[in-house]
Order: sequence, then C-alpha cells, then structure tokens
Amino acid sequence: MNVSEDLDRRFRERAAAEGALDVAYDFVDTPIGSLLVAKTDRGLCRIGFDPEPERDLDPLAQLFGSKVLRAPKALDEPKRELDEYFAGRRTVFEVPVDVVFDSFRLRVMDELARVPYGSVTTYGALAAKAGNPRAARAVGMFMNRNPIPIVLPCHRVVGASGSLVGYGGGLERKERLLQLEGASLTLPM
Amino acid sequence: MMEAVVVPPFERFYVEHRDGVFAFLVRRLGRDRAEDAFQETFLRALRSYGSLSHASNLRAWVFTIAARVAVDDYRRRRPEPLAGEPASEDNRPAYAELEHLADGLPPKERVAVVLRYGYDLEYADIANALGSSEEAARQAASSGVRRLRRKGVQL
Repeated sequence: MNVSEDLDRRFRERAAAEGALDVAYDFVDTPIGSLLVAKTDRGLCRIGFDPEPERDLDPLAQLFGSKVLRAPKALDEPKRELDEYFAGRRTVFEVPVDVVFDSFRLRVMDELARVPYGSVTTYGALAAKAGNPRAARAVGMFMNRNPIPIVLPCHRVVGASGSLVGYGGGLERKERLLQLEGASLTLPM
Repeated sequence: MMEAVVVPPFERFYVEHRDGVFAFLVRRLGRDRAEDAFQETFLRALRSYGSLSHASNLRAWVFTIAARVAVDDYRRRRPEPLAGEPASEDNRPAYAELEHLADGLPPKERVAVVLRYGYDLEYADIANALGSSEEAARQAASSGVRRLRRKGVQL
C-alpha cells in the first residue's frame, strides 16, 4: 500500500517544523525555468537552475549534512520573494542567507550584494571595489560559482565592453533577468 | 562483509522506503494507526540519520525502527503484559533486551533475530526488510539463534 500524497505532505511538514533537517528544498516555477531553492535553518543556501535531484542533492548533503528533504512549506518565504521579484514587484530580497566565503571572495560578494536592482557593473569594477583591481578574472569565477544567483545578483555583472560575457545559468537567462529589471547596458563611468 | 557506502541524502532514502514501510505498518496496525506510526518511524529515522556512519542495510534499519514503533503503539494501547510475553527482570521490553544481546551478530543475522524473536515478525516481512528471500531470512534467523545459543543466550 502506497503512502498518500496527504500523508507524505504531513510528514515533510513535521520534519521541517521539528527543525530536524540540515537542508529543506523545493522547486519553484519561474519565467526563466524551474529553480531548485534550498535553505538551512540559518537561511537560503542554494538556488540552482535546471534542477535534477539526482545531481543536486549529493552536493547539498556533502556541504550541509545528509538530512536533506524536500519540504515545500519550509521554503514559503523565499518562494514568495522570488515570485514577487519575477512579477516585478520586488527589487530587494529580504530572506536571510546562509553562505560562507573567505576573505577576498567575501568582499567581492558583499560588493555584489550592493549592486542595485536595474543597474549593472563590470567584473573589473567589482574587483576594484573589493580592493584588488587586477582580479577581474577571479571575480568572474566567483560569479560563476555563486551559490544563490538572482538573490546575490551576479546577473548584474557584465564585461567592460558591455557584453554579457557569461552566466552560470546560461546567457539567455542573464539577458531575461536584466530585461525584467529594465537594466540598460550603458555602463557607469 | 557488505561494502560500506556513503549515507544518501535523506530524501532518497525516504522515497525509496516510504511505501514498503507504510505497507508493513498497515499490516501490523491497520490503516488508521499506520499513518501516525509512519510519521513516527521516519521522524525517528531522521533524528538518528545524521549519526549513521555507513549506509549498508538502511532498509533493515528503517524496518527495525518501524517494528519498534509498532510495538510501542501496541503496548500503549494494551498496558497489561500479554499472556506468554517473556517477563524480563528489569522490566525492559523483550525486544530491547534482545537487541542488546544480538549486538555482536553479523548484520543480517542480527536483524533477522531481532525482528523474528524481538518483534514477532513473519518471515515474509523479515525478508522484505532484508531485501532477501523468505528462505534466506529464515536461515539468517536460525543461524543467528544458533550463534547466540552457543554464547549461552536462552531463546
């Protein structure tokens, strides 16, 4: 006899409500495709494009612990903020995040978080703000490995010529996000 | 020896075993009580999951938890000792004592002995928990019992 959807849902809710999970995750449908959204009890820890549980769950378990469970209700807040963002009704995310970076990367990601909605900056400018103007390539790598894209807005970082350069979720998505925000690719001097 | 493998993310473990565990609990407790017991089983599993050091025999592990939850449920509803239930001196339930005694057995034999003599499961259910044939479950239980008897344990 199989577990009913209702029983399954109640178990997942209780597991999350007990605080017994290392990571709760769910999927969100957005205009740029389905996203994996995951959080620890401290905050949002992962947003992933083109989610495939077979591939995505193991890295989460390795980083945060094996108690990883899909628990839709636990993700209500971040899902609501993402919905509002994609509907054009939210320009700043308020959900707490749980990401850990060391020294230079931390300074870069802090600067990234300050790039306002609807504007863009360059890899080099971000590197300079973080204290190392020559580190544009490293900044590019940090953007590529951003654990919570969209919320940490690496789509707002472009090349010195104004070209989009690259995006972990594919250039098409970067373009869609910038369009959604009404960003013009005219760079600040 | 079974190869020790990394403990999978709980989601995968849960999805793999939820239907089998639920069907087992329905057989033991009936549909109505099985739902609470199901949640209790996987909540207990979740609480201990982080301290598992290997993933061999996760199926037997979760069925043992389910069997314990079913016995607890049964005892709560029938506080009087059952006729024929072996009394244990320190008042611990028979299965708790047996789990302790069976600790040194090879994993499959341990599970088979505990489920058969501690929880009174049918061999069909033990086979299900072990992911083996009924015959193999029967053999594991009897060879486990022989091993315990050689150590002077009375069963």
